[in-house]
Parts: sequence; C-alpha cells; structure tokens
Amino acid sequence: MAEAKVQRRRKRLDRGIKARTDTIFVIASKRDTLYLLLPRVLPVIALLILPLVLKGYWGKVLVFACMYGLLALSWDFMACCGLFSLGQALFFGMGAYIAGTLNHYFQIPPIITVPAATLGSGLLCAMLLGPVVRLKGVYFAMITLMLPLLLKKMIDTTGIFGGTHGLPSLSPFPSELVATYLAVVGFLACLFIFRRVINSDYGLVLRAIRDDDRAVMSGAINIYWRKIQAVFISGAVGGFAGALMTHHYQFLGLSTFALDYSILPVAAVALGGQGTFAGAAIGSLFLVPLSESLRALGGLRMAIYCGILIVSIIGLPEGIFHYMARKYHQFEKVVEVK
Amino acid sequence: MEAEPLLRVSRLKKSFGGILAAYDLSFELRRGEFLGVIGPNGSGKTTLVNLITGFVKPNSGQVVFKAKDITGKMPYTIAGMGISRTFQMVRLFYNLPAYKNLIIPLCSSRSKKLWGGKYGERDDIAIDLLDDMGFERDSQVPYKVAGSLPHGYLKRLDLARALALRPEVLILDELFSGMSMSEVASTLPLLEKFNEEGLSIIMIEHRLRELFRVVDRVLVLNFGMKIADGAPAEVMNREEVKKAYLGIHIDLV
Repeated sequence: MAEAKVQRRRKRLDRGIKARTDTIFVIASKRDTLYLLLPRVLPVIALLILPLVLKGYWGKVLVFACMYGLLALSWDFMACCGLFSLGQALFFGMGAYIAGTLNHYFQIPPIITVPAATLGSGLLCAMLLGPVVRLKGVYFAMITLMLPLLLKKMIDTTGIFGGTHGLPSLSPFPSELVATYLAVVGFLACLFIFRRVINSDYGLVLRAIRDDDRAVMSGAINIYWRKIQAVFISGAVGGFAGALMTHHYQFLGLSTFALDYSILPVAAVALGGQGTFAGAAIGSLFLVPLSESLRALGGLRMAIYCGILIVSIIGLPEGIFHYMARKYHQFEKVVEVK
Repeated sequence: MEAEPLLRVSRLKKSFGGILAAYDLSFELRRGEFLGVIGPNGSGKTTLVNLITGFVKPNSGQVVFKAKDITGKMPYTIAGMGISRTFQMVRLFYNLPAYKNLIIPLCSSRSKKLWGGKYGERDDIAIDLLDDMGFERDSQVPYKVAGSLPHGYLKRLDLARALALRPEVLILDELFSGMSMSEVASTLPLLEKFNEEGLSIIMIEHRLRELFRVVDRVLVLNFGMKIADGAPAEVMNREEVKKAYLGIHIDLV
C-alpha cells in the first residue's frame, strides 16, 4: 500500500499586535516595543553612523543618495494629493540656482543661502505651478516635464547666471563631514516630518483630494490652494537638495535641470513603493549606490541598471517597502492539509 | 411685505449638447423651509443641485444666496458660504474609517469657525455627529473602514458629512434611494428636527410618500422646466404633473 502523501500548505497569519491607535501608543511588553521600534530606529542609526565610516568617493555617493532621496520624498508628497510630476529637476535646479547666484554675485555664505534657496524655491515653484494645479494626471506631468527644460534653454541662450559655463568656485561647506551630515539629517528629518504630516488631519485632506476631489470640494475646502501648498512644501524640499548639492560641488551649472533629477526620483518611488515615504527613501538609498557600483562595468552599466529596474518593478509592483512591511507583520506556518 | 428669500434661483438655463437640463428655472427658498423637488428621470433634478452648488456652471440665469450672487462660484466657496449637499451616488473615501470621512469638511475654515474645533477635537465632533446618524459610538461601526459598511450607512455617512459644515441650506440628492424602510423611518425625524431648528432643506426624492410627509412645498420638474410649485396635495392633483409622471390621468395620492 502506497503511503498517503501528506499534503502541506503554508498558512499566513498577521501578528496579533495592534499597538497603534490614532493618537495613543499602547505598549504591551518589551518584545512588542522592540518589534515596533527596531525597523524604525535601526535604519536611522545606520544612516547617522555611515558618514563617519564612509570616506572619499563613497561618502560622496551617500550625499548623492540623500539628494535623490529628498527628491523622491518631494515627489511622493506631491503624488499624495494627486499631482504626478515628471519635473523634480525644476525644484532641484531652482534651489541650486538661487543658492549659487546668491553666493557668487553677493558672496552670501551657505548658512544663509541654503535656507534662502529652500524657501525661495518653494515660493517660486508654487508660483510657477500654481496656475496649472487644476490640470490632472498626464497634463500636469507634461507641464512639469517641460518647465525645467524651458528654464535650462533660457539660461543657455541668454547667458544669464553663467550661461552654459556655469558659475564655478562657490563657497564650500566647512568640511566634508558637515556637508554629509547636513544631507543625511535633512533627509531623515524630511522623512520623519512627511510621515507625521501625512497622518495628520492636514495630510488626510491631501490624500482625500487624490481620491475624490469633488467630494473634498463639497466639504468647503479649496483644493487648489491645498495643492499649491503641497507644491510649496515639495519645492522647498527639492530646493534644499539642490542648494546643498551646489555648495557641496562648489559649482553651479545647467546640469541641475537635467532630466536625471526628474526621472530617477520617480524610479526610486516606483521601486520602493508609493505613499509611505519610507518606500521613496529605501528606493533611492538602493538605486543610487547600485548605479555607482555598476560603474566598474563600463559600457553596459546603463543597460544592466535599466534591466534591474524593469525586473524589480515587474516582479514587485507594490514596491520593496510594502513587501517588506507585509512580510514583517505576517508570519508563515506550514500546516497539514486535512 | 416678504423679506429677501434665503436662496433665489432665477431664470436658470443649462444645456448639455442639445439636451436642455434646465430651462428658465426660477424658484425661491425661504429660511427654514422644507422644499421637495420631484420629477421623472432625466428631468434635471440633479443638474439643479449641481447648478446651485457650483459643480456645473449655468449658460444663463442667476443664483442668489443671502442677497449675494453666487452664480458660477467654485463649489468650495459656495459650500463655505453655507450651502451643503449630499450626492446621489455617494462620494466618500472608502479606504478611510467612517468617522475620518467627516474630518475633511471639519478641516474647512467654515467648520473651524463654527465648531471651534482644535486639533484632536475634530475626532470627537465627528463621532458625535455620527452618533446622531445612528452610528452608535460604543459600537465598532464609526471606526470601520467606510468601504465595508452597507449602503444605508454610506448614505447616512454622506448626510453627516454634509451636516459637518453646519450649513444653512442642505440639499439632499435622493438621500433615501437604496435605504431600507427602517433606515428611512429613523432618518426622517432627524431631518424634521434639523428643519425645526432652522435648517432650510431642499430634498430631491423619488419616494413620494415619505417626501410628502415632511415637506412644506413641492417643486415639480420635467424636461428641465418647472411645471408645478405648491403644497404637496394640491400639486399632485394637477393635470400636467400626472401627465409628466405617468402619461395618463389617474389619481396619484
């Protein structure tokens, strides 16, 4: 007699901790505390230690990753209220040009130019995009795609702000370490604040605008004004990244309006997962070092990079973060099928 | 001498392509009045709501609210002035908990002024409002994701959302469609209570029996035109109303 083959299947269960209500944290035990804190605290500590460990080239890569991280965060913030942008380069270049010109023509130190660029970029972007926040989806995306190209061409042909050659020898940050920490802390602070804001009532309204703008309008909320506010916040974050980069490289050029700064943040969010900001952060912290480490491969670098992107986006459409979060909150048991 | 009505609609006209959804439509709503609007399918009732609340711009005509011209204003401006509406096809945020749906109108400047809600108190206001609507505060219902609630609850959630603005005029677009008899029976007294407290209500409805129990006056539309305006019993005996509804002459009520 053939022995009956025991069939098994995997059973997925959610972990029983529902530790967070809306406003109150209920902490049951040390184990629960660790369960909740570890995935949040560990990456933060790691990012804060990394600048001390990484020197030279890889230190620059870390700054770069944080820059793209900031751009990805600002992209994700705008996407939260239904504004899909293809022009983070606008924010980035705006910040870079405000900081660079202030420093070059008026010799203002970075300690003032960076905040000025952050605010100025937010304001200018809100003014530029304000009239078009009524557009939806691909129409808004097209405008944001065109704007940085337009500004780039204008600077290129008129020759203002250094024209094609750019503005060299801007003042640097006091040291490499200061610059790196500024990028890392700015990135972490932005991530933390965005995650808090989006779960507040203010963020709730923004998310509602994405879901159904007419229902929000019938709640007496001026959705266009809210969208402009979102563009301002987004533009400020992107401008901060641009200003930091300009002073870090001590050079301001047309490349700050390059298409890379528009597309890579979107790719990072697509890879990491949309809507939680953590996904945007993970995506950019993964993509930028990946692209740098592929540099050794020479000519095929871009092809391999694109291949990895395509495979991961098809294989994990929800994004790395959502996948990891799901796996973390579930455990699997192999059970016999009866 | 009658004072200026709360809401005055005059000679409103709107066409979609060749179809006239509103033609030369005029009526008035006095403060504290309970007005019913009826008419066969496609007679322009929902368009009338959209025209008053600014979701659709009229070709010509005027809407005056509290002696201010609100024709062509944005929907959020009109809602902020005190005209609130529900939707025929409920428009809610299905992935949010039911009570969080009310946070959105409660975040508006009108609500901030009228409720005085500070951060954190909004949740309490929302739960209070929903408690009135039959979402018992001690049950799980107000905290459930809106998408998981039955249709009748969604309709009442939409009503609560409209009331969260503390409007002066409430426009109900077929509130009772899809509600069970018991739900209607529990919601009607609520509406009467709000009306007695001074809220003016325009109610569009196909369930005439329930409608006639509560309204002071009925407006009958057909093909975008007003064909009758008056007390319910009187209006329903008019020839043109019977014709519009059934095409034949029988007694409706």
